[in-house]
Amino acid sequence: QAKYKERGTVLAEDQLAQMSKQLDMFKTNLEEFASKHKQEIRKNPAFRVQFQDMCATIGVDPLASGKGFWSEMLGVGDFYYELGVQIIEVCLALKHRNGGLITLEELHQQVLKGRGKFAQDVSQDDLLRAIKKLKVLGNGFGIIPVGGTYLIQSVPAELNMDHTVVLQLAEKKGFVTVSEIKSSLKWETERAKQVLEHLLKEGMAWLDEQAPEEPQYWLPALFTELYSQEITPEEAKEAIP
Amino acid sequence: VKFDSGVLLLSTHRLIWRDQKNHECCIAVPLSQIVFIEEQAAGIGKSAKIVVHLHPAPLNKEPGPFQSSKYSYIKLSFKEHGQIEFYRRLSEEIIQRRWENMPTGQAIQVNKDTQAGRIRAVGIVGIERKLEEKRKETDKNISEAFEDLSKLMEKAKEMVELSKSIANKIKEKQGDITEDETIRFKSYLLSMGIANPVTRETYGSGTQYHMQLAKQLAGILQAPLEERGGIMSLTEVYCLVNRARGLELLSPEDLVNACKMLESLKLPIRLRIFDSGVMVIELQSHNEEEMVASALETVSEKGSLTADEFAKLVGMSVLLAKERLLLAEKMGHLCRDDSVEGLRFYPNLFLTQS
Repeated sequence: QAKYKERGTVLAEDQLAQMSKQLDMFKTNLEEFASKHKQEIRKNPAFRVQFQDMCATIGVDPLASGKGFWSEMLGVGDFYYELGVQIIEVCLALKHRNGGLITLEELHQQVLKGRGKFAQDVSQDDLLRAIKKLKVLGNGFGIIPVGGTYLIQSVPAELNMDHTVVLQLAEKKGFVTVSEIKSSLKWETERAKQVLEHLLKEGMAWLDEQAPEEPQYWLPALFTELYSQEITPEEAKEAIP
Repeated sequence: VKFDSGVLLLSTHRLIWRDQKNHECCIAVPLSQIVFIEEQAAGIGKSAKIVVHLHPAPLNKEPGPFQSSKYSYIKLSFKEHGQIEFYRRLSEEIIQRRWENMPTGQAIQVNKDTQAGRIRAVGIVGIERKLEEKRKETDKNISEAFEDLSKLMEKAKEMVELSKSIANKIKEKQGDITEDETIRFKSYLLSMGIANPVTRETYGSGTQYHMQLAKQLAGILQAPLEERGGIMSLTEVYCLVNRARGLELLSPEDLVNACKMLESLKLPIRLRIFDSGVMVIELQSHNEEEMVASALETVSEKGSLTADEFAKLVGMSVLLAKERLLLAEKMGHLCRDDSVEGLRFYPNLFLTQS
């Protein structure tokens, strides 16, 4: 049996040993880098973006594990994982208001409020990266591009291309009507109604039947007036199981 | 002079500040008046600031809080953060200078300011020079950081190449590499943040680290699970565990990878994935199918229930309440009524009253 430990495996063993050595060296390089530039990463969001992009290009995910070198030595892990917790809390607290859809702007504002005055500032890019990591928990977190920004989904509701496109249409005014959908997207009435009904059922849209010409479907996620409204104590309790 | 507690707004033409308490109080600065802006980092007891250096006021300046000031700049203090985004947007507006292209409704004499009337005080030139030096210094630091970063990435790239080559060898010689070596390799990948390219996996994508973590979780989660009726969503677990840790937090992937190993390690808790994709941790002793029976009773008592109503009655999160009702439906005990008013569940009379 031992005879069949072929040359291939011996080579793999050698390479493993080599990798182990190189890993130690890399760790030292990273430590050096951290001692010089750790603060830069902490304080400079543009540098953070550059760092993340370069990692992605070479096929490395610095946020994959809290046990990774990047996280341990540069402290990037804790920053994003904690942000993940804060994002989850805000989304849970506001879910009953907006059905689980929230603009990146509002999320950003609420997270900043929650973090308090003495915490480190976070950028929208930081939020997006944290959210991308949260998806793996099976909670339905998703990022939907609308207008020049994004809607963040935080519930496991199915939103397909049709839903997304209607959300994008609604972004301009905060609401949308069946006629608008038909004229902009060239859909049949039935298709437009199906999409709108789905959004209503999920609590992501509210129906205003009193509107002058025809019923309007409003998206609470897009109501700017709600933005600066504080999270109430009842809502905060929802957020912490 | 201080203007406290307000909201700062940026338009294509002006920087506007409005008092949060007294909405009548509102002051503005035309963007054309801005020479340069710089960031001041926060410190102990000090909030982060943006310093806005201004041209001296033109003679036809509209009335404002002061006719004149000895300072040629104003400071914006961000007590509740937001300075990163604001600085970025303000810089963009200053670079784009959109106010030059667009006429405004008011009588802001844009043309006059940008051409003839620029009386530059001597002090401004001195400030600009200092700022320029500081900018160069900062640029040098940044470029050094970027240079070091690039070099580091080169080395990281070598590690990625090496790991790919090892992974290929392993794939070719499936069965000949020892478990020990596989475990070692996986831990190297974990350290570097390289995705596991080996398709044949012994413990999911787990490593020693994840095995230990799984055991820890089984210990930590016993009590919380019991308090919550034996079941928690993975998202709840993520928040609970990380809040308790404070430092050296778990990544979402760490948590998932550890939970995938719970079953094979025969621990008293397990991972379950519902059809919807929702992931939960259950006590081994928890039997969701049995819970369905009691859910059916509850729904029958009330005639019908939505997930929200059921959640409130039973004291569960809406997410898990919904999953339980969906499972009951899947098992044939409940029927749904899906209308625009929401999703409502009824006892399945077709089954019980045949």
